[in-house]
Amino acid sequence: MAQGADDKARIARQFIEAIPFSRALRMQLDEIGNGVAVISMPWSEALVGDPKSGVIHGGAVSALMDTCGGAAVMSHPEALAGTATIDLRIDYMRAAAPGQRITARAECYHVTRSVAFVRAEAWDEDRARPVAAATGAFTVERAGGRP
Amino acid sequence: MSRRPPEPVALVKQRRDRTLAALVAGVPYIGFLGVTFDRRGDELTAVLNYDGKLIGNPLLPALHGGAIASFLEVTAIMELSFNMLWDDVEEGRLDVEALTPETLPRLPKTIDFTVDYLRSGLPRDAYARARVNRLGRRYASVHVEAWQDNRQRLFAQATGHFLMPPRDG
Repeated sequence: MAQGADDKARIARQFIEAIPFSRALRMQLDEIGNGVAVISMPWSEALVGDPKSGVIHGGAVSALMDTCGGAAVMSHPEALAGTATIDLRIDYMRAAAPGQRITARAECYHVTRSVAFVRAEAWDEDRARPVAAATGAFTVERAGGRP
Repeated sequence: MSRRPPEPVALVKQRRDRTLAALVAGVPYIGFLGVTFDRRGDELTAVLNYDGKLIGNPLLPALHGGAIASFLEVTAIMELSFNMLWDDVEEGRLDVEALTPETLPRLPKTIDFTVDYLRSGLPRDAYARARVNRLGRRYASVHVEAWQDNRQRLFAQATGHFLMPPRDG
């Protein structure tokens, strides 16, 4: 039985908001549905990678991108709620401004029987200049398993 | 040519350990993740000490992909930074006693980082070692391998490129 889009979004939201690591980074789901997710997290002293500048560690941005990519996959009409990252590549385009909230938007742009392909972008309060871009492949879980 | 007498081993170890400790203390995110480092000579093994907050899938349970990516990136940057300082530390060009997060040289910056998730991370400690495949004046390429119970059974690996800080002289 196909799930309604609202049901799917609700399940994905519940799932994402229960993830311990995402909670530890104080991630907030801003938007989800139809293979697109927007998740943001606040700047925090604990996430700093370069104490001289106060710039957040690349790893924390990776974590945001990974969570957002997974959320985009879970919200895709052809995927079930449940996915794992196969690979993720991040390009760091510039340092995120210290003190500013970071927002990521991920889009699941293609789904096969077993794999979901994702593109993502992250920015701080300057939406016009992304801080990072990512591409990734995620597993797709389907009802009844693999034929 | 006369050789300098070898230094007491405790002094050598203390200098290396202090350098590593200063590098680690300088990065708050390492403390947040709960990553520590074992050192044998110039070889570093990073340890991701298990904590419930590192979980990404509570149903399995499995470590969060973002926690794993962070662990690997922290390991790569630490290997590269320790490598970068090694000669200065060994030859006494760096005043190790005076090293603080404020006086540390600038760290390498990540250009890109690609993580390959090979199997799910179990809810227990994980280990990682990085290998610097190329270290040039401006760019470096680093590969990282992570495992849990069995060194031969990697659960994640990564490759990253880094921009090296400008050096004096």
